[in-house]
Amino acid sequence: MALSAVAFYVLATVAVASAFAVIAARNPVHSVLFLILTFFNAAGLFVLLGAEFLAMLLVVVYVGAVAVLFLFVVMMLDVDFVELKQGFLRYVPLGAAVGLVLLGELVLVSNAWLAPEGARVAAPRTDISTNAEQLGLVLYTKYLVLFQLAGLVLFVAMIGAVTLTLRHREGVRKQDVSRQVGRRRAEAVELKDVTSGQGLG
Amino acid sequence: MEIGLQHFLAVGAALFTIGVFGIFVNRKNVIILLMSIELVLLAVNVNLVAFSAYVGNIEGQVFAMFVLTVAAAEAAVGLAILVTYFRNRGDIAVEDLNLMKG
Repeated sequence: MALSAVAFYVLATVAVASAFAVIAARNPVHSVLFLILTFFNAAGLFVLLGAEFLAMLLVVVYVGAVAVLFLFVVMMLDVDFVELKQGFLRYVPLGAAVGLVLLGELVLVSNAWLAPEGARVAAPRTDISTNAEQLGLVLYTKYLVLFQLAGLVLFVAMIGAVTLTLRHREGVRKQDVSRQVGRRRAEAVELKDVTSGQGLG
Repeated sequence: MEIGLQHFLAVGAALFTIGVFGIFVNRKNVIILLMSIELVLLAVNVNLVAFSAYVGNIEGQVFAMFVLTVAAAEAAVGLAILVTYFRNRGDIAVEDLNLMKG
């Protein structure tokens, strides 16, 4: 028990600290790396809560895909990062005020929440097998339509991202298969009568 | 020392607040803005999973998965818009983002 408490405090502290570093770091590359650290620690918290499948999903999807995407974009854009941080202090009072109000409200809500009977203890569920199996039993039956719609969301996002970033540049030689196949001899080869000793010039 | 639901909710609240704070503070850099949104969504996920574990209902984790899906889609489209915007404008400051004159 004590070990899981220590693990919780370490993971929570690092997660919150690195989340703050994400928004405070001077260099966006560092921000992305701190974001990865945050996600790793959140995954650890998920493991503590008994949600192993989601923890692995978080690592695979976020660290493996989203964070790398962020990293690509950060490195691709040629931005003056020193200039980007100007005006940071100007918005701190407003941001801090809003943040404090939000935090106060959230603390009030979480203290006022009444747990249902027997909900105070995290009971490790040993009745049915693994976390992934439990998730699958619900996801593929009760939420099948939502699951399909989630796939549709990803599909539309993929098409949207490709359409937004695709650029047709002029003067790039590309293979055009239908033109190649549809070529006739008349438009490709021309017979010339060459007078001897002169060439075609 | 028992780790209860409140502890996890506190972590979620802290992450959420940091995310909102980041949205307010970073007016020049859209990339950090997108990362702040990711933090907010992560906070939501922490809350969903914590409630799911402590109430003993797996459905919270199912919805956390859907949040994860939407977050990934949002990041992809957001970054695509960002790349297009950078191509057209040459910088990524939110402050003078007024192409649509809204």
